[in-house]
Amino acid sequence: MSKKFLSIVFLSVLINACSNDRSEESISLVDNFDRGSMLTNLSDNIIIPSYEGFAAKMTLMKNAGQTFTTSPNQNTLDEFRSSWLEAYKIWQRVEMFNIGKAEELQYSYYMNVYPLNVSDVENNIVNGGYNLNNVNNQDAQGFPALDYLLYGISDNDSDLIDMYLTGADASKYSNYVNAILNQMNSLTQEVLTHWKSSFRSNFINSKSNTATSSLNKLVNDFIFYYEKGLRANKIGIPAGIFSTNPLPNKVEAFYRKDISKELVLDALQAVEDFFNGKHFNGNSTGESFKSYLLYLDRNDIYISTRDQFNAARIEINNLTNNLSEQVITDNSKMTRAYDELQKAVVLLKVDMLQAFSINIDYVDADGD
Amino acid sequence: MITKYFNKHTDAKPLVVFRIFFGVMMFISMVRFWVNGWVDKLYIKPTFFFSYYGFEWIKPIGNYTYLIFIICALASIFVAIGFKYRIAIIIFFLSFTYIELMDKTTYLNHYYFVSVLSFLLIFLPANARFSVDSFLNKKQYNQIPRWTIDSLKLLVSIVYFYAGLAKLNSDWLLRAMPLKIWLPSKYDLPLIGNNLMQQDWFYYAMSWGGAIYDLMIPFLLLFRKTRFFAFILVLFFHIFTRVLFPIGMFPYIMIVSSLLFFDATIHTKIIHWIKKITFITVTKFEEVKKYQYTNSVKKITTSVVIIFFMVQLLFPWRYLLYPGELFWTEEGYRFSWRVMLMEKAGAANFKIVDSVSNSSFYVQNSDFLTSFQEKQMSFQPDFILEYAHYLGDHFASQGHQNIEVYVDSYVALNGRMSQPYINSTVDLYKVKTSIFHKDWIVPFTSDIKIKGL
Repeated sequence: MSKKFLSIVFLSVLINACSNDRSEESISLVDNFDRGSMLTNLSDNIIIPSYEGFAAKMTLMKNAGQTFTTSPNQNTLDEFRSSWLEAYKIWQRVEMFNIGKAEELQYSYYMNVYPLNVSDVENNIVNGGYNLNNVNNQDAQGFPALDYLLYGISDNDSDLIDMYLTGADASKYSNYVNAILNQMNSLTQEVLTHWKSSFRSNFINSKSNTATSSLNKLVNDFIFYYEKGLRANKIGIPAGIFSTNPLPNKVEAFYRKDISKELVLDALQAVEDFFNGKHFNGNSTGESFKSYLLYLDRNDIYISTRDQFNAARIEINNLTNNLSEQVITDNSKMTRAYDELQKAVVLLKVDMLQAFSINIDYVDADGD
Repeated sequence: MITKYFNKHTDAKPLVVFRIFFGVMMFISMVRFWVNGWVDKLYIKPTFFFSYYGFEWIKPIGNYTYLIFIICALASIFVAIGFKYRIAIIIFFLSFTYIELMDKTTYLNHYYFVSVLSFLLIFLPANARFSVDSFLNKKQYNQIPRWTIDSLKLLVSIVYFYAGLAKLNSDWLLRAMPLKIWLPSKYDLPLIGNNLMQQDWFYYAMSWGGAIYDLMIPFLLLFRKTRFFAFILVLFFHIFTRVLFPIGMFPYIMIVSSLLFFDATIHTKIIHWIKKITFITVTKFEEVKKYQYTNSVKKITTSVVIIFFMVQLLFPWRYLLYPGELFWTEEGYRFSWRVMLMEKAGAANFKIVDSVSNSSFYVQNSDFLTSFQEKQMSFQPDFILEYAHYLGDHFASQGHQNIEVYVDSYVALNGRMSQPYINSTVDLYKVKTSIFHKDWIVPFTSDIKIKGL
């Protein structure tokens, strides 16, 4: 009796599964989250506009750099410096997209590796014959190199201008500045063009859940950037979290001194905006990690993450503008900021990743 | 009665067919593992390996690790063709188990199943007929002791039934966890990905169906009347799970195992079919009616098998000896047929402290572990402890002094928010590895309790 009953239960489960499958098909009741439209929103309203915004600032900086090196004076220096800062700020919005051409070219490694290798820079300038595409020169170019060349080579502006005007190596310095700018600009153009041509459609059509699909790579890159590029590089490493002693020289924009905090805040805002699906231009939002979490009924993760970003921001706001100085005067404030940033790593890497059930690695798992 | 049972005989063919399929599948497994580059990725590339308690001496042996895989693959061919069977299956058991013991990171219930299965096969006359051994001896056995095939059936039944018992918990039945996490992410499956896989009721149906399936399938296979229906279920279930999850060769092993429950007519057909596709011509052998163990061998064999099954039946219950939530502490979790019960993830950051100067720094796990190892380490206490000791030793060898190792760790279990996992004030470098309760795990405090077996 019970045997028969169970057979019937099994059979009905089986039939149930199959028949429901079919009926779902016929009435095409599709209530799942549309990952395609999320990828479209992220690429069309955030990633590509961010690159466009950055590329525009990049061009302005390149031109300002050329003007400065052609006729070095206080005016052109000021122009160059302010365009450098503007570009550097928008850079914080694109560094996290290490996907497609950016990944292939190791774009960010040519744009923003710090601390700068000053002796490499000086050797390149004096000896010439350098190859900026060489991996060994990754820490001798990009924003950190310009930071040094705009603020670090002299204590006062008139001496600095003289380095480019009348100094023994004036033309060599000018050439190096322009070489860096050209390198940064052409890499940026290459990445942007690739996004706008073929890559966009590849990106938004790769919706599957495999280790190489857009969504999985994007989520992993996003978390990796937050953990490494933001949390570790900008705060953790200078605060000595990973070393026996604090390393105040390892802050971003070390030579400019007073903007390292501003850049962290920009980067954190960029991360949060991306998480929320907020468009680069304007205030509207679209499908994003946030709405995906809400679809999966994980409002709790969203709220915790949002609150944690805010908690981190509060701690960062407590820091002085020059993080290097902050490390030296009161490093405990730095480690507190790090701790709050770290708590969000757990939420993103453990809770969000679990909710998304993202495939990271292809190895056999258990089954019955 | 027991002696009477042990003197009963049955047709040898189901065991013989099982031997062939098992050998072939294991060979494919080994080749697949190699071709996927997993030998290199899992056993050559990493600099550190997680050991099982008491088996710390078993490690990969550099490039010679490939040799173990070659030995294992060759042994499985020998098993399949039944050539020097007893030695072949012993070598297979040893080499396969060695591979599994090399790094705890890759622990899978189905690898453990293969190990215990091959151990049992050492004591069974699976080369009784249709084997090179029987060809060379010019002798084939028609019947073998009945308990030999029954023991395999019992092992398969234990695996299913215990897997079913393990599913009788509130997370699985009342929250449909972890299927509720896994299935929606299968949105890219054709036909069912965008609808069925997104339905709440479906997660419950799968959870309950899976539990009932595991509990009932041994019985449905045992009774002749329900056997064919049961086999269809086995096919459906394992192929379906194969589609859903990356579970490698396991579904096929279970499908082949379920053939053991059928009587010999089907196996006669299978042997005919194998003969046909391999062009093996029938040679006239001396047909021996019954395979008999010699008395001394019989004594040893039966006692080993009885002890083996007592261990199999009791070992999964050892978790009852530990306090705390099993899914959280994982004390007694492995080797108990707890299959796909948890979606668990963690993050563990290790802090190396100089207890005298009080200076400290955090470790980048990627400097020492592969991403797969880091993932597994971050939510399993025994991994965390072993790694903490490794880190302590490593930094001691680099000249650091007065080393203490602490960990900040968080774990999320079956869709609960992440919670602190290991007591971050305990110096793990001073904690000894043991099989006793790990009181340095932060107790499971979620409001959503787990009730059940």
